[in-house]
Amino acid sequence: MTSQKFVTVDGNEAAAYVAHQTNEVIAIYPITPASPMGELSDAWSSQGRKNIFGVVPDVIEMQSEGGAAGAAHGALQAGALTTTFTASQGLLLMIPNMYKIAGELTPTVFHISARTIATHALSIFGDHSDVMAVRQTGWAMLASNYVQEAQDLALIAHAATLKARIPFVHFFDGFRTSHEVNKIEQLSADDIRSMIDERLVREHRARAMDPDRPVLRGSAQNPDVFFQAREAANPFYDAVPRIVQEEMDKFAALFGRQYRLFEYVGAADADRVVVMMGSGVGAAEEAAEALNRRGEKVGVLKVRLYRPFDGEAFVAALPKSARQIAVLDRTKEPGSLGEPLYQDVVTALVQSWAGVQGDRVAMPRVLGGRYGLSSKEFTPAMAARVFDELKADRPKRQFTIGIIDDVTHLSLKWDEEFSTEPADVTRAVFYGLGSDGTVGASKNSVKIIGESTPLYAQGYFVYDSKKACSVTVSHVRFSPRPINSTYLIDRAGFVACHQPQFLDRIDMLRVANPGATFLLNSAYGPDEVWDQLPREVQQEMIDKRLKFFVIDAYKVAHETKMGVRINTIMQTCFFALANILPRDEAIDRIKGSIRKTYGRRGEAVLERNFAAVDASLAGLHEVTVPKAATSKTNRLPPVAPGGSDFVQRVTSALLAGRGDLLPVSALPVDGTFPTGTAKVEKRSIAHEIPIWDEKICIQCGLCALVCPHAAIRSKAYPAASLSGKPKEFVSVPWKGDDLPNHLMTIQVAPDDCTGCGVCVDVCPAKSKEVVKHKAINMEPKLDHLDREQANFAYFLQLPELDRSRLKVETVKGSQLLEPLFEFSGACAGCGETPYLKLMSQLFGDRALIGNATGCSSIYGGNLPTTPYTTNADGRGPAWNNSLFEDNAEFGLGLRLAVDQKREYAAYLLRQVAAQVGETLVDEILTASQHDEDAIRTQRQRVAELRKRLADCDACEAEKLAQIADVFVKRSVWIVGGDGWAFDIGFGGLDHVLTTGRDVNILVLDTGVYSNTGGQASKSTPRSAVAKFAAAGKASRRKDLGMLAVSYGNAYVAQIAMGSHPAQSIRAFIEAESYRGPSLILAYSHCIAHGINMTTAMTHQKDAVQSGFWPLYRYDPRLARKGERPFHLDSRKPKMTFEQFAMQEARFSMLARSDPEHAKHLFALAQADIDDQWHYYEQMAGVERAIRDDFEEVEV
Amino acid sequence: MSVDLSTKYLGMTLRNPLAVSACSSLTGELDKLRRLEDAGASMAVLPSLFEEQIEHEEVEIARLYDFQTESFAESLTHFPELQAHSTGPTDYLDHLRAAKQAVSIPVIGSLNGSSEGGWIRYAKLIEEAGADALELNIYFVPTNPLMTSLDVEQRYIDLVAAVRKSVSIPLAVKIGPNFTSLPHFAQRLIEAGANGLVLFNRYLEADIDLDQLQFKPDLVLSNRHEARVPIRWIAILRDVLPQTSFAATSGVHRMQGIVKLLLAGADVTMMASILLIKGPEFLATLLDDVRTWMEENEYDSVEQLKGSMSRRNCPDPSALERANYMQALTTYTSDHYQP
Repeated sequence: MTSQKFVTVDGNEAAAYVAHQTNEVIAIYPITPASPMGELSDAWSSQGRKNIFGVVPDVIEMQSEGGAAGAAHGALQAGALTTTFTASQGLLLMIPNMYKIAGELTPTVFHISARTIATHALSIFGDHSDVMAVRQTGWAMLASNYVQEAQDLALIAHAATLKARIPFVHFFDGFRTSHEVNKIEQLSADDIRSMIDERLVREHRARAMDPDRPVLRGSAQNPDVFFQAREAANPFYDAVPRIVQEEMDKFAALFGRQYRLFEYVGAADADRVVVMMGSGVGAAEEAAEALNRRGEKVGVLKVRLYRPFDGEAFVAALPKSARQIAVLDRTKEPGSLGEPLYQDVVTALVQSWAGVQGDRVAMPRVLGGRYGLSSKEFTPAMAARVFDELKADRPKRQFTIGIIDDVTHLSLKWDEEFSTEPADVTRAVFYGLGSDGTVGASKNSVKIIGESTPLYAQGYFVYDSKKACSVTVSHVRFSPRPINSTYLIDRAGFVACHQPQFLDRIDMLRVANPGATFLLNSAYGPDEVWDQLPREVQQEMIDKRLKFFVIDAYKVAHETKMGVRINTIMQTCFFALANILPRDEAIDRIKGSIRKTYGRRGEAVLERNFAAVDASLAGLHEVTVPKAATSKTNRLPPVAPGGSDFVQRVTSALLAGRGDLLPVSALPVDGTFPTGTAKVEKRSIAHEIPIWDEKICIQCGLCALVCPHAAIRSKAYPAASLSGKPKEFVSVPWKGDDLPNHLMTIQVAPDDCTGCGVCVDVCPAKSKEVVKHKAINMEPKLDHLDREQANFAYFLQLPELDRSRLKVETVKGSQLLEPLFEFSGACAGCGETPYLKLMSQLFGDRALIGNATGCSSIYGGNLPTTPYTTNADGRGPAWNNSLFEDNAEFGLGLRLAVDQKREYAAYLLRQVAAQVGETLVDEILTASQHDEDAIRTQRQRVAELRKRLADCDACEAEKLAQIADVFVKRSVWIVGGDGWAFDIGFGGLDHVLTTGRDVNILVLDTGVYSNTGGQASKSTPRSAVAKFAAAGKASRRKDLGMLAVSYGNAYVAQIAMGSHPAQSIRAFIEAESYRGPSLILAYSHCIAHGINMTTAMTHQKDAVQSGFWPLYRYDPRLARKGERPFHLDSRKPKMTFEQFAMQEARFSMLARSDPEHAKHLFALAQADIDDQWHYYEQMAGVERAIRDDFEEVEV
Repeated sequence: MSVDLSTKYLGMTLRNPLAVSACSSLTGELDKLRRLEDAGASMAVLPSLFEEQIEHEEVEIARLYDFQTESFAESLTHFPELQAHSTGPTDYLDHLRAAKQAVSIPVIGSLNGSSEGGWIRYAKLIEEAGADALELNIYFVPTNPLMTSLDVEQRYIDLVAAVRKSVSIPLAVKIGPNFTSLPHFAQRLIEAGANGLVLFNRYLEADIDLDQLQFKPDLVLSNRHEARVPIRWIAILRDVLPQTSFAATSGVHRMQGIVKLLLAGADVTMMASILLIKGPEFLATLLDDVRTWMEENEYDSVEQLKGSMSRRNCPDPSALERANYMQALTTYTSDHYQP
C-alpha cells in the first residue's frame, strides 16, 4: 500500500494530521510554536473530520498545559486514545503528569514543537531545552528532523506506543520544522490505519478504568514495595528500541521511507562523525557530503530514538573507522560535564563500544558542542567547522558553534564562504511587510510549485518582533530533489524588495548572488528609480552585476482595488522573472492558487486578485544599471547618534539586523537591560499622522489619553519657558484657572506614530464651518515630517510640570503627566497599551511591574527595545516578566520584598534617629503619601535623610542609605491578559487576592489569547468566534470581578477607557491608593475582535451601552464607612447585545456561518447581560460591613 | 355578487391586486411570507440583493482574514477559518429557493446592482434560482455636475437592456419619481426590454444626528399620503403605455389608496410599511375592504376598475396636470368668491 499524494505543509500540520487521525481525545492549550497543531485539530473536528476509527476526535481546550496533561491522563486512564501538543514552558507544566502516565505504562504520543525554555529571557524560538527537561520522565523520545519526518515519525510513534505501552514524546524543532513549509508525501487514512494495530487499541481500552472490571491505580506505596514496583516496568523499556525499529521497518515496507533508531550517513570509512538530532542534521549532512566530495572522510549520525537510548544500536550504527566524534546538543545545561546527548554518547561508548566493535578497535575521542540555541542559525559552514575541529591535535573538548564567544572562548570560528547550495536549486528571498501579504504569497508560490510540478519546494519565514508594520523575510527554495537545507538562504538568485523604504535601513542585497535578479516595488519608474536608491545599494548592484527590475505595485494594487495587498502582483512578477515555469502557465497556476486561497471569500475578491495578476506584467520594467553609483544619499543609521553606549553598541546592532554578530561580551550576563530604548528606534511607519489645529482644540486631553503609542502628547508649561522655539511650534494659552500664565501644546511624535487614527476618532472638537475638520486631523506625514520632527524635539525639552500641581484625576490633568511607556511595538490602535501608558503616567516613577507572558510582555519586553522609560530624574517603571502562569505570585513577591525592605529600613532609621533627627524620622515613618504633593514631600525628606546619613558615622547609616528610597511609596503592578488572569494564572491570582497585600492587578482583557493568535479564554464572551471556539463560545464569560468582590477586602473595578475615561482614571487612582489587593479589569479591544481599530475606542461606548461590559467600582473602604461599596458607573443598557455584536466580526461571522446557532447563542448572551445587569443593580444596593484587616499590616 | 379580484401583472395572473413589496422584515422571512400568503397576498417581492453590499462584505471579510496575518511569529492568524460562512449571493438565492418552496404565490426577485457585470450575473442567478420575475431596483444619486439628465437616464436604459438580454423571465423596473420627463423615460425603459414599471422607489434618506453631527441612515415608514405620487403618474402613464404592467408602491396603507391606485391604472398595489405596523394579517382586512368597496360600488372585477380613471378616462384630466397648490387655490376662490 503506497500513497502518492504530495502536499506542501509545515511540520505542525504534518504531525497534527497524524495525531488527529489516530486519537479520540485531544486536550489542547495554546503555546508558540505548537499552537497551530491544536488549532488545526480543533478546526478539523469542528468541520466533522473523522479519525481512522470513524469518529470525530473530541478536542478540548484546557486552562493550562498542566490542565491539558491532566485531562490527557484521565482520558487515557478511561481508555481513550489521547494526545496533546505543546512546547517549552508548557511541556514543563506537563512533567508531573508525564511521570504518572509513564509510571502507569500508558500508550500515548505528545507532539512537541521543541522550543527554548525561558531563563535570562523568554524566547519563542526553537531548541531542545524543553524536551531535554523531560528526558527523565520515563517517556520514549523520538526526534523528527524534517517536515516529512514530522508526519512519518508521528505515525511510527503512535504505532510503537501501542505496542510498547511506553508513552512517546515526538518532537521536532520549533519554527525551523514546525513552521517550515515543505513538499511531503502525505499518508492517506488507509495508510495510517495500516500502521495502527486494532488489537493493541483494544488492549489499551481493556486496561481502562471501568466499573464493570474495577481496578485501583494511583495507589500510595511505601518503602517495602515502591522500589520493586518501579523496577517491574524494566522489560517494557528494554523492548522499546526493538519495537520502534520494527515499526520503522513496517513503515518502510509499506511506504518506502526507511528510518532507523540511529541513522548514519556519509563515508563508510569515515574517521570523523558528528552526532546530532533535529533539523540541524540537514545542514550537517550537506556539509559532510561536500567534504566527502573533497576527499575527506566524514559522516553524520542522526539520532531518532533518544529515549530509551539504545547504546548498542548507537555504537553499531557508527562506522568502525570513526576516531573522532563531535556530539552537538541544541541545549545548554550549565554546570554539567556536558550536554545530555553528549553525555549519553559518552556513556554508550563506554558501555557498548568494546562489545559491539570489538576490543581491538580504539574507542573514538568525543567532543561536545552546543549550537542553535533559540533558533540560532546552524549552517553547513558551521557543521564543516565542527568536522575541522575534529581534525585538530588539541581540539576544544567543549565548544560552541554559531556565535562569537569572546568571554570563555568556547566558540569555533567558521568560514562564511563555505556553501553547499547547489546550482540547480532556485533560491529566492522576499522582503515584505506583514500587512502586504508577502509571506502569504511566498507560501502560495511554494504550494504552486510543490503541488503542481515535479519540483520540490521549501519556504521558511522570518518575522521581526513588532506587531505593527513588522518586517517579514521569506526564504524560498525550489529543487529537483527533496529539500533538507534547514537554514536561511544567504546566496539567492532572486531578491525582491516589496517595500522600497527597507532599502534605507536593511542591507538586503547582501544575500544576492552575483548576477542575481533584484525586483523592487517602487513608485518611481525605470527612468527615475536609480536616483532614489541609497549609494550603498547602487554600488552593490554594480559590484554584483545584478539584473534590476521595478514595478509600482501599489499603483497596480490601487487600480485593481487591492488596497495595500501587493502580494499577488509581486508574486506574478517573481514567476515572470524567475523562469521556473512558462509565463502563461505560471499565471494560470497563480490564478488557480488564488481561487483555492480566496475562493471562499467570494467573486469580488477573486476578481480583484485576478485583475491585479493581469495588470502586473504591464507595469514590470527592467532598469539598466549604470556603471557608477551616483546617489547622494546613504543608508540610514539604525539609531540616531547619541544615546547610551549600550544603545550604540548593542541596541543599534539589533536594530540593524546584526544581532547575530554581537559577541558574548556584548550581552548582559543576567538578562538585565536598560529601559528607555524604544525612543531611539524611530520606525517612522505611519503614512498619515495627526496634525493639531489649535484654534479648534478644547484641551480635553482625550487624544493623548487614548494614543496607544504615546505618540501624541499634551504638555502645559510656563509661558516664560518658551524660548528659542522652532518657527512653526504652536502654543496656546492653557484653558483653566489651575495653571495661570501657562501655555499648552498638543504635539505628535511623527516618527513614532503608527498612524492608527484613534486620536482623531475620539477628538470631540469639530470645526463650526467644516464639520469633518477636527482639532486634530490625519494628514500625509511627508507634508509635515520635517516640521513636526523639530517641534517634537523642542516639545520634549520643555520642562515637565510639578506633578503635585496637576489635577491628575481628570483626563485633561492626567495627560499633562509624562508617559513612561512610549512607542511600543504593539499593533496600531492597540486597546491595551493606553491603560499601561496611563498607569505609567500616574505611578510609573515609583512602579514595579510583574508582567505575565503575553502581548503585554512582548511589546513590553521583546528586544531590541523596550517602551518602558524614565523621567528626567532617571525614575521609571522597573519591569520583569517571570512566566505566564505565575505572574500574580511573582508580583506578590515583589510586594513582599518591598515591604520587607521598608521594614528593615524603618528598623535602621530608628537606630539612627538620634543622629539624623527624631522629627525627620517620625515624618518619614508616618508620611501618608496619599497624593503627589505628599509623595514629593516624602522624596524631599528622603533626600534630606541621605544628606544627614552622609555625615552619620553609625554603622547602620551606610546600610540605610542604600535602601532609603523605599520610604517613598512603591506601587506594585501585576499586569497581564485574560489568558493569564482567567485561565492559567487564575489560581495564583485568586490566592494573591486573599493575602491582603498591597498589589494592583491590571487585567488587559481582550477576551482571547491575543498574543498566540486569538484562542478562546474563559473571558471570551458567549457566542464569540475564536480559535478553539470556532462554533462560537458556548459558555458565559467568567465574572472574575465578582469572584474578587466576594472576598470583600479587594478593590475591584471594571473599566473601558473609550466609554468612560474619567472612570478609568478614577479606578486607577483608587486601586493604587487602596492598601490592599486591587483588581482592574480593563476592556481592551483587539484585532482578534474583527473590528475597525481606528474606531475601536469609540466603539467601546457600545460595549458599555449594550450592557456587554458594565462599568463598576467596588471599594471596601466605603463598606468600612458604612456606605455601599459597589458602585455601578454605567447606565442601564439601552441597546441590545445583537446591535453591539453585529459590529464585530467575532460575533457577526457566526451569524454568517451558522445563523440558527448564532441566534440561539445571541439570545443566551442577551440573557447573560440581562441577568448580570439585574445582579449588579442589586449589588449596587447592598450594604456590607467589611472589617479593615490591613490596620495590622499598615506601618 | 362575487367580485373577480384577479389581475394580470407581468404576464402572470394574480389572485388579487394586493402584493407585498421588497422588505427584509416581511418577505425576507419565510414564516412571514407564509402568513402573508395566508392573509391573501397575491405576490411577494423579495428584499433586494444589493451587489454593492455583497462586494463590500466579501472584501471586508477578506480584509478581516488578511489583517495582521503572517505578520508576527506567534500569531500568524487571528481568526479561525470558518468553512461555512456565506459570501456572495448564496444566502439570497437560498432564501429565494426556500421562498418558492414555502409559498405558491409568485415570488419576485429584486436586484440592485452596481456594475454591469454584477447586474447580469446576479440577474441570471436569480432566474436560475426560480424567481417568477425580476424587479430591478435601480438607485443612483448623481453628484457630478458634469453628468446630464440624459446621461443618468442612459445608465438605466443600458442596464435594463443588458439584463433583458441575459434573462427570459419578466422584468420590472422600480424607479424613483424624480425624472424630468417621466413618460418619455418610462417609454424608453419599456423599449429597452422592461415588461413593467414599479412606481415608485422610496429612497432611504439619511438624517443628521445633531449630537454627533453625522449623517445617519434612518428608515422612515411611508404614510398614506405618499400614494398621491404614484396615483398621478400611473394615471398619466397608463394611457401612454397601455401594454405595460404597472405596480404601485409608496403609501399603500388603506383600502381607499388601493382602490385609487387601481382606478388610476395600476395592475397591482404593493405594500410594506402598513404590514410592518399592523402585521401580515392586516392584508386580509385590506383585501376584505377592497372587495366590500367593489361590491358596494357594483364593480364586477378588478379588470373593470383598473385604469377607469386614467388621464384619458377621468373627467377632469387637467387636475392631474396642475400642481396641488393651484388646485387648492382654485377651489378656495370658487367657493368663496362673492362678486
